[in-house]
Amino acid sequence: MRTILYLIRKEFLQIFRNKFISRAMFAVPIAQMLLLVPAVTFEIKNVRLCIIDNDLTSESRGLISKLEGSTFFKVTFSTFSENEANNLLHKNKFDLILNIPSGFGKNLGTGKTGKLMASVDAINASSAQLTWAYLSGVIRDYNRNILTKNINTIPVNLVPQIIITNRFWYNEMLNYNHYMLPGVLTLLVTVVGFLLAGLNMVREKEMGTIEQLNVTPVRKYQLIIAKMVPFLLIGLIDLSIGLIIGKLVFNIPFVGSITLLFVCSFIFLIAVLGLALFISTFSGSQQQFMFIAFFCMIIFMLMSGLFTPYESMPNWAQIFNMINPVAYLMKINRMVMLKGSTIHDISREIISLIVIAVCSTSLAVRRYRKTA
Amino acid sequence: MNNSVITVRNLVKKFGSFVANDNLNFEVYAGEIFGFLGANGAGKTTTIRILSGLSAPTSGEVIVAGINASKKPEEIKKQIGYMSQKFSLYEDLTVKENIMLYGGIYGMSKSLIKERTENLLEKLNFRDYGNKLIADLPLGLRQKLAFSIAVFHEPKIVFLDEPTGGVDPITRRQFWEMIYETASRGITVFVTTHYMDEAEYCDRISIMSEAKIVALDTPENLKKLYNAATVEDVFIKIARPN
Repeated sequence: MRTILYLIRKEFLQIFRNKFISRAMFAVPIAQMLLLVPAVTFEIKNVRLCIIDNDLTSESRGLISKLEGSTFFKVTFSTFSENEANNLLHKNKFDLILNIPSGFGKNLGTGKTGKLMASVDAINASSAQLTWAYLSGVIRDYNRNILTKNINTIPVNLVPQIIITNRFWYNEMLNYNHYMLPGVLTLLVTVVGFLLAGLNMVREKEMGTIEQLNVTPVRKYQLIIAKMVPFLLIGLIDLSIGLIIGKLVFNIPFVGSITLLFVCSFIFLIAVLGLALFISTFSGSQQQFMFIAFFCMIIFMLMSGLFTPYESMPNWAQIFNMINPVAYLMKINRMVMLKGSTIHDISREIISLIVIAVCSTSLAVRRYRKTA
Repeated sequence: MNNSVITVRNLVKKFGSFVANDNLNFEVYAGEIFGFLGANGAGKTTTIRILSGLSAPTSGEVIVAGINASKKPEEIKKQIGYMSQKFSLYEDLTVKENIMLYGGIYGMSKSLIKERTENLLEKLNFRDYGNKLIADLPLGLRQKLAFSIAVFHEPKIVFLDEPTGGVDPITRRQFWEMIYETASRGITVFVTTHYMDEAEYCDRISIMSEAKIVALDTPENLKKLYNAATVEDVFIKIARPN
């Protein structure tokens, strides 16, 4: 135990003597939160719309002014030529073409079906779908207005309709900041856990100082624990900084228990630190370590459900996520912060994290070689 | 003098098909200064790493301080000190912090560490350097300090792998005075070197060539045997027979 304390003391001395690292450790979480939380959003605003109005009736103009009135659409171009519109769509001058054929107004006036054509740039499939959903929402609305306006002239025999009133639970305003912030917090803790400790270990290999430790009677688990503890603390401090920014800058509602969040992050950090130190045992240089660590980190992060709900990932991906610690913490952070989930709601995730932590740390200790 | 602290029998170390140590046999006696000579790449560092438990032998028997190196390398580590040719104190820690770290790892009490640190700094004329970073010390001082830390916990044996490489003649002389002083306290010194004048200071020397030990005796006997004036001549006769 005393040996570990001496080793931990040495790690702290070295970390804080390195001015760059000791400043970066605290600047990184601040920058990451301030940049990523507001920037990464799925909301779509200002879809650039091109109108081909071959109809030029009050009905077509009514529809256009309705589109202009919504915050989603901005009419950036009007033309009568379908060719020109298609060319410009190709050059990415706008995202959507709405073609109103002549006769649209007349058809509506005489009680026939009005036809429209929309062409959406679907390079980004999910934003195309959203655009389409917004557009059809506006048109549906317009449609309902026509129905009610004409209710006296045309015998629409009051088709019974189902009207749905919805409420969005846990994030009523559908504020993307609220969704992203717990995710970005997870990233933050992951980066600290994954990179710093492993690099530190490999650097000692490069410098040759690790050999001087290997020739002492220090135990392998003591070395590994001593490398973990400082970065475990730094990770938790970064988490606190992130939470404070979340509260002060983004006014995130924090529904659940802060203690629970910290306990889960603590277990998570052990898991990723163990994994990083395991990678460091077979990396001969910082370059090799970075290469492998980056590979793992990108896969863990993108599969964790930060951007895409992992319930909709293919089956094999969900199976992979059983060993992905980032996926568990991503889920836990969101559930605890936004939903106020308690330890009972997330017990499965916590147990999985504990299992991963125990496995990765014992792998790191086992794989570490004091005698080659 | 015949109380041996290192016994090596039929030691072989292979890296793949490359043989670094080819059937070595020798003994080192308690309290002596044992010089381990050889050309670059002869296999000296490999041997010293095996003796200090950093590397496992491929075959053969290695007993250090009564402990079998293939079976309990970690037990050996409690009994030895080690200083490698690659400088390996922490450059971003101060002199005192380095001493404190290694003293602590070897399980010395805080008060003992403090007391010995004071003595050590006094003895080395290091008073003003205690709180300086290693990175700010000249090489000669660093090497003296590295040696002092290697014997700080009073090991039975200390292994020195080219400890005086790149050091000026005056510091080298002082360094060897430290080695003598250490040996006089009963600590066995196992040292590799390229400086043949240093070899003259050893009680016994062995000369390695192409993974084998080709000569082992006192410097005087070797000089007589090879009819040479200095150890350097002996070395050249052995390393370049024609």
